[in-house]
Amino acid sequence: MSKALKQIHLAAHFPGVNNTTVWSDPQAGSHIEFSSFAQFAAIAEQAKFDFLFLAEGLRLREQGGKIYDLDVVGRPDTFTVLAALAAVTERLGLAGTINSTFNEPYEVARQFASLDHLSGGRAAWNVVTSWDAFTGENFRRGGFLPEDQRYARAEQFLAAAWELFDSWGGSARHDIVADKEKGVFLATPHAGAFAHTDDQFDIAGQFNVPRSPQGRPVIFQAGDSDAGREFAARAADAIFSHHGTLDAGRDFYADVKGRLARYGRGRDELLILPAATFVLGDTDADARERAEQVRRQQVSGQTAIKFLEHVWNTDLSGYDPDGPLPETDPEPGENTIAKGRASVRMHRDPLATARQWRELAAADNLSIRDLVIKVTGRQTFIGAPATIAEAINDLVQADASDGFILVPHVTPGGLAEFAGTVVPLLQERGVFRADYEGTTLREHLGLPSRRGEGQLAGAVS
Amino acid sequence: MPPSSVPMHLAVALDGAGWHPAAWREPDARPTALFTATYWVDLVREAERGLLDFVTIEDSLSLQSSRRDGPDERTDQVRGRLDAVLIAARVAPLTRNIGLVPTVVVTHTEPFHVSKAIATLDYASTGRAGVRVRVSARPDEAAHFGRRPPPEARGDDRPAGQQLIAALLDEAADYVEVVRRLWDSWEDDAEIRDVATGRFIDRGKLHYIDFTGRYFSVKGPSITPRPPQGQPIVSALAHGGSAYRLIARCADAGYVTPRDAADVRAIVAEIGSALDAVGRAHAHPHLFGDVAVFLDEAPAAAVGRKARMDDRVGAEYRGDAAVFAGTPSQLADLLQEWHEAGLSGFRLRPGAIPHDLAAITRGLVPELQRRGVFRRGYEAATLRGLLGLGRPASRYAPPAARKDVPA
Repeated sequence: MSKALKQIHLAAHFPGVNNTTVWSDPQAGSHIEFSSFAQFAAIAEQAKFDFLFLAEGLRLREQGGKIYDLDVVGRPDTFTVLAALAAVTERLGLAGTINSTFNEPYEVARQFASLDHLSGGRAAWNVVTSWDAFTGENFRRGGFLPEDQRYARAEQFLAAAWELFDSWGGSARHDIVADKEKGVFLATPHAGAFAHTDDQFDIAGQFNVPRSPQGRPVIFQAGDSDAGREFAARAADAIFSHHGTLDAGRDFYADVKGRLARYGRGRDELLILPAATFVLGDTDADARERAEQVRRQQVSGQTAIKFLEHVWNTDLSGYDPDGPLPETDPEPGENTIAKGRASVRMHRDPLATARQWRELAAADNLSIRDLVIKVTGRQTFIGAPATIAEAINDLVQADASDGFILVPHVTPGGLAEFAGTVVPLLQERGVFRADYEGTTLREHLGLPSRRGEGQLAGAVS
Repeated sequence: MPPSSVPMHLAVALDGAGWHPAAWREPDARPTALFTATYWVDLVREAERGLLDFVTIEDSLSLQSSRRDGPDERTDQVRGRLDAVLIAARVAPLTRNIGLVPTVVVTHTEPFHVSKAIATLDYASTGRAGVRVRVSARPDEAAHFGRRPPPEARGDDRPAGQQLIAALLDEAADYVEVVRRLWDSWEDDAEIRDVATGRFIDRGKLHYIDFTGRYFSVKGPSITPRPPQGQPIVSALAHGGSAYRLIARCADAGYVTPRDAADVRAIVAEIGSALDAVGRAHAHPHLFGDVAVFLDEAPAAAVGRKARMDDRVGAEYRGDAAVFAGTPSQLADLLQEWHEAGLSGFRLRPGAIPHDLAAITRGLVPELQRRGVFRRGYEAATLRGLLGLGRPASRYAPPAARKDVPA
């Protein structure tokens, strides 16, 4: 008997503040006005997506000491947009990144519990921890956190938040009685009581938001290090990963799912959802041509120079993007050219990267812009709708992922073509829902309910 | 007396099932719906039906309590609430004209987060956002955050308690300054999308706010562009001296708690002096009188209904604000008298919801309209517009480009 087909999970990532988003496209709309978010959400919900995802940034990026002006700049507040979207959607999950460095557990827990109430159980939280003093300058608490404390902060933050989420009785014990005749509103004077002490937090008292429909929001984790994977296996409901290819995806999938048993969790209790970009066309050849055009829109000559500066760690504005790479070597030492950008830290050995790129450029006679287009990611999926549907299904059935978080490159309509052409094909194959079956995001994702009590298995404490 | 030529502004303060602690036990109360979106959407739509200027939504970072120093362990009253900013955001797309003014506790939160949250509420409501700032001297709220030592128990130590409040209010003024600077930190036309030069923004029109004060510093600029109103409305509740000073320093609207018309005149004068003292004599913040209201068509019915609720609690309801029980017409008399004594309008606290909210929108409002002192239709699309305020230019715009748009 053949194995039953896995159901694919799909999510819609609102286009972000990097060069993936093509703001120069004539179709590009506002990334701030609420109507853009409402339109984006409507497309995703009509296509029966699991959830919509909003990233977060807490300081505008800078390069060479100046605010970076070539990409989309600025975004609204995550919680506020998600709560407003709850008013114009009915089933779509509402996920957002919220930083654990520049917030406190009591406040974040009540915001997520409130969002979960106000959306009827559709809230999800991507827990991230940043640690740079640069972002910290926008916050009264400052922000510097030694790198080795990052996961400790995130884990302890999450442990504290869970204690808060679980502090009110759920289905097994209704803390809210609201008996008008007897005059009893609360079953116990100690509703919401909590106490949490560890290296990062020393808090106690009573939480003031009753247990929400999902009990706890769905928890996402995005880190890729060993500590990050272990954290996810122990504590998260889903991983926002970056391994979208077959081999890398399968390795990552097997590694992380293999860690679950250690925490008494089943393989279905943690979903692996890589981010993915796409370019559709009427034919595969047409899509490839469009993909090339999109890449050139994403990497202008100026953008290519700025990107090269991340590695060279110095001002390269005098270079011609259509000319050859610099012959000088990158500046050694800590990267100081670009701030507020995680990708810069990925170039651990700039000298080696520069050498490799020069070789590549020499071999194919590439200009700076050509080189940057080549070395920065091409789209994950390129092809006619049937080609992309098959690729997505193959990756999921091969256990390279449980689905994808799709990042369109145009705001707000960039998902419409995918929704209109690829989704129906997946539905025909019986691997993607034709309609929502549940009402909460946990139900869409097939995750265990956290509504009741005694559900602390997998807790991080 | 002829009707005042200045129109009266009206707001309602929404809190749980109403301001009377037994309101949730009234026959038409919906205590099990308090934590649902539909409850709040229904209330704000009702307020909008009555053409009110705005609603405020109460909030706190602890369970409601009859005590000032911690939880009261009572189980016979509404306990628990949802985040007010998120309630306002959830309601925003489903309303069209009414202002949305959630409460924010500034003592334990980040001005950077709150600035972008209210800016975003302004986007989601297309120009109807405001915020009411509150300080917290509660030891239990401090313990929920664990970042600053809990305030000393105040007890009889009144001077120390007042000193603490004064410091918290001083900090609140800095907080509002940061929030406001962040709202201005993007000039209105900073987003240029200039394909020819490849620039999305004109970074010359984004500004570091470089705020450094006694309590904290914030660099800026905001991550959120300047909100539709430029400056959403900032408001605060004040019962006396140091809180009046906060209103004078930084608010567009203050909620005050007079007992009678003479009291109104005294408060207006005191805030006027405070404005002079801080060099903002030109500012003219709107002053709203807070009144808890119990309204019925017959005076005895209102008094009787309130008495029934009082009996259930075992004490007469007294708040920090005046309590009125009577007919919409009697209330209109009182409001007109206080309006003429110098208040811009009123923030009414419905004793029980939905009864007293509907009595405001369907009883009091028509009465005030008949008297020619309240609008018959929304005359502006933004909250600033409803309050007769123009749209200020960003403080960072160069003088030549600085165009305040008058009301």
